[in-house]
Amino acid sequence: MGDILLDVRGITKRFGGLVANNDVSLQVEAGELVGVIGPNGAGKSTLFDLLTGFQTADAGEVLLDGRDVTRLRPDQISRLGVARTFQKLKPFTQMTVLENVMVGAFQKTSDPARARMEATKALDRVGLADKAEAHARVLSTGQRKRLELARALATRPRLLLLDEVTGGVDLRSIPALVALVRELNAAGTALVVIEHNMGVIMDISRRIVALHLGEVIADGTPAAVGRDPRVIEAYLGHAYVR
Amino acid sequence: MGRGLRWGAAAAALVLLIVFPQVVTQPFPRHVMISIFLYAMLAQAWNLLAGYCGQISLSHAVFFGTGAYTSTLLARHLGLSPWGGMLAGAVVAVLLSQCIGYPVFRLRGHYFAIATIAVGEIVGTLMINWDWAGGARGLFVPIKRPDSWMNFQFHESKQNYYYIALALLLLALWVTRRVERSRLGYYLRAIREDQDAAASLGIPVAGYKQRAMALSAGLTALGGSFYAQYIFFIDPESVFPTSLSILICLVAVLGGVGTFWGPLVGAAILIPLGEWTRIAFGGTGKAADLLVYGALIMLVSVIQPGGIMALAMRGRRRTG
Repeated sequence: MGDILLDVRGITKRFGGLVANNDVSLQVEAGELVGVIGPNGAGKSTLFDLLTGFQTADAGEVLLDGRDVTRLRPDQISRLGVARTFQKLKPFTQMTVLENVMVGAFQKTSDPARARMEATKALDRVGLADKAEAHARVLSTGQRKRLELARALATRPRLLLLDEVTGGVDLRSIPALVALVRELNAAGTALVVIEHNMGVIMDISRRIVALHLGEVIADGTPAAVGRDPRVIEAYLGHAYVR
Repeated sequence: MGRGLRWGAAAAALVLLIVFPQVVTQPFPRHVMISIFLYAMLAQAWNLLAGYCGQISLSHAVFFGTGAYTSTLLARHLGLSPWGGMLAGAVVAVLLSQCIGYPVFRLRGHYFAIATIAVGEIVGTLMINWDWAGGARGLFVPIKRPDSWMNFQFHESKQNYYYIALALLLLALWVTRRVERSRLGYYLRAIREDQDAAASLGIPVAGYKQRAMALSAGLTALGGSFYAQYIFFIDPESVFPTSLSILICLVAVLGGVGTFWGPLVGAAILIPLGEWTRIAFGGTGKAADLLVYGALIMLVSVIQPGGIMALAMRGRRRTG
């Protein structure tokens, strides 16, 4: 067992009458890769927003290395080593691909030349080096996903939260993205990955957390979660539970 | 066009501008040039905040007026040299900008712009009613003779004002270039494009908006102090009006928001045009210059919202 990097303790978030996250608890160890699954509206993206300071929990707490980060701002959490991508991609469209990634790299240096070097490395890692001078707005969805990944990587995170790696990406690009995620994890970065593609998530995760209507309904190995009757019911309805 | 060639052209233009008042000695063309420099400089200062960082301010006259009033009041009451007053004005404007920015930067997009209009109106009204600072009657800059650089007063000719205005413009351009090439510039553009993405990469968004505002306000105040020393009379209507805030914005928008040369290009077109319409229509058409500005802005929005700089870039791509 490694050290616990992220410790989420019973966080709850309400939007009016809707409980988007209800008493959610989970832990991520340093260097671990955890998958998060759940049908649409299960509260996965809200969970990411709570972990990265874009939303503040109504109850419960988020600990990073034992430090309470529940009420910190997104930029403060980023500087503690937590990076994320967004389900709805947010490229800086009027900048080049390289400049986009430099913005991330500037977290660790104020020197433009060094930021440029770091950004080039990050683009290399995601296989986007040949697009460095292109404007971000001309990229395909798959390339934009890689761009966001490179931008997040350039901040040199210890924990990376990926919101839908393969969503909206054409089928041929999926294996390369999956290989990339594996590679990042092998290099020591802890990852929490939201993913709808069951084949992908079952394949890459060592542990999966299933959310349904804002609550954790399963937390375990991919095989165990895949057999869990509550997970099957959440996805397919009661009739499929044997 | 190569980089070297471009800088060569810029250097040649600069030499021409330096020689200009030696050749042209009539006051009017000099005055037009001084106005161009001043408005280009103000628009560039505005551009730092609105163009690069995406925070549209419609109350930059507040900082202009702050500069003008600070240097004039210090000269009247303490006999301080306008140069010192200019720096003091910039400091006061920076402090004021932080006080305004702190609450107002919590608002996003259009709400920020609307809030700045309110700030401009409030400050203008306060100044009209502040008797110690001249109230609605305004203030005369204490006249000192003979002409001297020390006193920042030149009654014989506009030549020295010309060079001071040119220096202020160069300062604004230099600051902008420095910002563009540094981390600050990347961060400001990131904030303009997507605040959430910027924050997720570790950028303290509000703090960087404050920095952009400070730079912008400080530079604008320098322009205000210059104006006071140039005209010798200031009142709320001449240095605090919303119409000035709008004009600063129009100059930058016409030339190209968020571009390095845009404000200068905008001023070089709009200011002579304004002077010409004022002369052509005289007292009969008091708002004729505003009509022309309005028509130009509509043209820009329809043809190329990126301003003349974007139009030029498009042309270059087509030919090159």
